[in-house]
Amino acid sequence: MTEPLLKVDAVSKSFGGFAALSEVSIAVAQGERFGLIGPNGSGKTTLINCVSGALRNDGGSIRFAGEEISGLPAYQRTRRGIARTFQIPRPFSSMPVIENLIVPLEFVAHRGSLHTADTRDEAMAILETIGLADKAETPSSRLSQVELRKLELARAMAARPRLLISDEAMAGLASNEVKEVLAILFKLNESGITIIMIEHIMQAVMRFSQRVICLDAGRIICEGTPESIVRNLDVQRAYLGA
Amino acid sequence: MRSRAGGYSFWIGAAAVLGVAALAVATVKNEYYFFAAYIVVQFVVLATAWNILGGYAGYVNFGTSAFFGVGAYIAVMLIKATGMPLGVQILAAAAVGGALGFGVGLLTLRLRGIFFSIATVAITIILETTVINWRYVGGATGIQILRPPVMEPFDSYTKMLLFVAVLLAIVAVAIARYIEISWLGRGLRAIRDNEEAAECTGVPTLKLKLIACTISGALMSAAGAPLAMYQSFVEPASAFNLTYSVSALAMPIIGGTSHWIGPVLGAVLLGTVQQVVTVTVSSELNVLVVGVLLVLFVVAAPEGIVGLARRFAARLRKRES
Repeated sequence: MTEPLLKVDAVSKSFGGFAALSEVSIAVAQGERFGLIGPNGSGKTTLINCVSGALRNDGGSIRFAGEEISGLPAYQRTRRGIARTFQIPRPFSSMPVIENLIVPLEFVAHRGSLHTADTRDEAMAILETIGLADKAETPSSRLSQVELRKLELARAMAARPRLLISDEAMAGLASNEVKEVLAILFKLNESGITIIMIEHIMQAVMRFSQRVICLDAGRIICEGTPESIVRNLDVQRAYLGA
Repeated sequence: MRSRAGGYSFWIGAAAVLGVAALAVATVKNEYYFFAAYIVVQFVVLATAWNILGGYAGYVNFGTSAFFGVGAYIAVMLIKATGMPLGVQILAAAAVGGALGFGVGLLTLRLRGIFFSIATVAITIILETTVINWRYVGGATGIQILRPPVMEPFDSYTKMLLFVAVLLAIVAVAIARYIEISWLGRGLRAIRDNEEAAECTGVPTLKLKLIACTISGALMSAAGAPLAMYQSFVEPASAFNLTYSVSALAMPIIGGTSHWIGPVLGAVLLGTVQQVVTVTVSSELNVLVVGVLLVLFVVAAPEGIVGLARRFAARLRKRES
């Protein structure tokens, strides 16, 4: 069996006396669509922050493509192929949409080269896949919610990731917008990108994921196919408190 | 992205400024104009240097006076120890200022927002206290410097200092402009907009901030080096004076931090007004001028003169179409 693309092994993270993650282990295979669910405060975003490098894990190991990455700063992890979106969109608001994509293109894909024309073309191509091409020159501070979510995805894609972590890319969107974003994620996955989806909109995660893990209070309480997760009593208890 | 043609016009403009300075040196007789203009040009360097870290990356540095004072005292040391010429003093000050910027950056740039600013104020106080207690460079009472004979083709030392300051300003603005239009500037803007998102899009945030802090520090110290010769007297309270920090911050904000011309406009405007007020009203009042203008701009035009000009241009375009 080949090594999984991402292997999180017994990772813990505490904030003061509060254990946000205790010995969490997950393995995500190359090309997989992986769902991460759990009630608010269960540690989903903390786990993602540990993987992307925004936080350092206290214990355990994180391996990406066979390499230990838990000591690396976030930008090094992005350059190795981990890109993420943020729960609350964080655009580079002083720049137009297209320049938001030129940042990762320049700092990851085209590091050290000076082909600015190519970079722009490439940014345009990504915007077209995501469906933001007509907004390329719009200041990113003037985008709507759904456009901001798309910009988050487009910017993550511009870093040419092997693994894309989508942190609640659909929260607060209308149902037709959810469908739109979901379609984009399916398309990205088809092009060979492994995707971890964190989501509260159950229909979306369940439709999208091949495998789902449910976190509660910093521990994995259940892992399996979407169907088995929905039927799992622990999951129902975690969500409904029954 | 600005075109190559923009690059040519920048250098033509720089050459024109230098030409005007040379012409003034050759024709204007009244020494006072050079004495006053030197201060304005010195602030162009300081404001431009401040903007590299404060404007592009959004890290507000309150320690301009620390770097400026260090530059002045490096020059004092060199004059006293070896009698090195002005050019060497400026280069040495830039080297030490750059090293100081790197060191300070390493210690403080992990702090964000207001904490970074507070740390930079502390550095000014530490350095000033050090110099006050250092007898070799005059301690608290200061030190008298004898100007060497003036070099050809200049007929007075003040005129020469002005010309040197203009050269320094052109170098500073050219560096700032290069940073602004290169990958470095884009990375710094990403840091200002959202540091965490920048890091997650592959921007090595700490490294970029260190580069900016080093260049900024080097230019600030270079601007301080000629002070010894300009005043013929240096003492810690004026060399490390907090008004340098305040002005270096106010000028880019008034001019606009997003474009290299902003700090230049701000420094020329504010510096000139200060000189006029000092002569016609009182030297106390010029501090008030900084304060009032700063408040006015922050409230009414937060993007400075550059922002006002852009808004005006956009309105004109809308009216045409």
